[in-house]
Amino acid sequence: MATHTPRAGAGSAGLAAKHRRQALRTLAFMSPWLIGFGVFFAYPLVSTVYFSFMKYDGFGVPEFRGLGNWSYVFNDYPMFWPALRNTLWLVLVMVSCRVVFGLGVGLLITRIRTGTGVFRTLFYLPYLAPPVAATLAFVFLLNPGTGPVNSVLDGLGLPTPGWFTDATWSKPALTMLALWGVGDLMVIFMAALLDVPREQYEAAELDGASAWQRFRFVTLPNISPIVMFAVVTGVIQTMQYYTQPLVAGKVASGVIGGSGQQFEPGYPDKSTLTLPQLVYNLGFQRFDYGSACVVALVLFALSMVFTAFLMRRRGGLIQAGD
Amino acid sequence: MTQVLDKPTELRAPVSPAERTARRRALLEWIAVHALGVAAALFFVLPFVFVVLTSLMSDNQALSRDLVPDTWEWGNYTKVLDTPGFLTWWRNTLLYAGAGTALTVLSSVPVAYALAKFRFRGRNLSLMLVISMMMLPPQVIIIPMYLFWAKQLDLSGTLWPLIVPMAFGDAFSIFLLRQFLTTIPNEYLDAAKVDGCGDLRTLLKVVLPMAKPGIAAVALFQFFYAWNDYFGPQIYASENPGAWTLSYGLESFKGAHHTDWNLTMAATVLVMAPVILVFFFAQKAFVEGVTLTGVKG
Repeated sequence: MATHTPRAGAGSAGLAAKHRRQALRTLAFMSPWLIGFGVFFAYPLVSTVYFSFMKYDGFGVPEFRGLGNWSYVFNDYPMFWPALRNTLWLVLVMVSCRVVFGLGVGLLITRIRTGTGVFRTLFYLPYLAPPVAATLAFVFLLNPGTGPVNSVLDGLGLPTPGWFTDATWSKPALTMLALWGVGDLMVIFMAALLDVPREQYEAAELDGASAWQRFRFVTLPNISPIVMFAVVTGVIQTMQYYTQPLVAGKVASGVIGGSGQQFEPGYPDKSTLTLPQLVYNLGFQRFDYGSACVVALVLFALSMVFTAFLMRRRGGLIQAGD
Repeated sequence: MTQVLDKPTELRAPVSPAERTARRRALLEWIAVHALGVAAALFFVLPFVFVVLTSLMSDNQALSRDLVPDTWEWGNYTKVLDTPGFLTWWRNTLLYAGAGTALTVLSSVPVAYALAKFRFRGRNLSLMLVISMMMLPPQVIIIPMYLFWAKQLDLSGTLWPLIVPMAFGDAFSIFLLRQFLTTIPNEYLDAAKVDGCGDLRTLLKVVLPMAKPGIAAVALFQFFYAWNDYFGPQIYASENPGAWTLSYGLESFKGAHHTDWNLTMAATVLVMAPVILVFFFAQKAFVEGVTLTGVKG
């Protein structure tokens, strides 16, 4: 603010120089990101829009195709609607299971008094398992023939599902994998639960509130911004859900052979398709870059809707301003 | 409540019946909570246990439904390490993760500092764009990016398309660091300015030492990101096995050893182990990072 500067009388020339210096300083500090933003975000985004109207296979010159790619993706590409349906399933079932389970484990860990550190580490560890490794482990654990899970189920006389090889069980199997890696949510909920003022619990107890009532009327209102945050980021992560379903489908189908064979994502029966896999399938397997860009833009629109939601909420969610 | 009742000093006083009920309830609750804790721990740990047990089985036994190996075949691990390419994948992964992490930290710190402490027009807009970039699935821009790296610069089959962008700031790291740096009181910066420090000196001499935990968290997240990345190597390196990383090569391992779950699980253990070791050495920084942003990379 110019009026607060003691040397305001020294003339506007000095002030302008100071402002220019500050602007240059800001520019210098911001420069890595400014370049990155232009080259790795703005330019490719504009380019994606351009290609979505073009017919291009990576060779020769792109040809204008109008809305041809858009109509192909929505009307004729057999994988688009299954992928969208799967995404909806994952948002409804996987995200809510993860939030509820994460909150449950968070509640549990805040009540454990003996060996808290050990329990916390054990609960958190699977979250760190590299996705490809964790997926391979679960395809093995849940393989219908010799997997430990089905061996145990069989021993107990329970039905033994085909898990990753059965279209009705593949998404529940992926959900189990996601629940195994719930450590990130556990840590967030744990921090939120420890922040709830103790006096509120004591007051509720004096009023004779039951454990459920204390949870419902004290805990939940206090942590609801964090629950909201977990749900929205969970939805955004579902939009990016790629490695686990692709690797699970690939490994469970047994179709892996280096370069020769090509694996069509979605095994079994398109049940593990997600939108990011379509970009890969269209762009890098069918060499239809134009249609791949159409799916990419759908993905972009969906992600940005939820990101905007995340930034608009005040309170415990991401705050952009001061 | 529980802690007070557990104290042995309480035992000396004559115990009223009401207090005895309360104490019994506390004990029952302790048992219930810890039983549940053990059950949950089994859910989280057993997958690791079965993976390790299977990795030590003989070829024949790995095809059976047995859960525990008859003979402990430690040789499976040497077999995996001797697989052509496996050590190259290790080297590539370390290069990608190491160089990528260093570049990310170097390029993201000044940006995060500017976003946290400088006042300028467009600051909030920049921050919102950073958050948007952070939430953007990498597949959205992959077609133009691939054409840029592969067709214009002819760099497909290498890891450069994955490493070079990290010299230009990583959105997640910028955001995490910015959250951390805003917690540093302005008085420190003002004091440095009074002492005659320029902006760069203030950043290097005053801010950086205070920001160590934040930088450690960013470095860890970025290292894990590169270690775990599957999509990047799949797009840029798949045509050249000499440029594969562990996460990408691991999947092909199952293909080459079609029925050998024991070797595949041994390879899986070898990919998981370093991450878990790093975590044990840096647990605190990691958990701080998670609570700071609540978002994973």
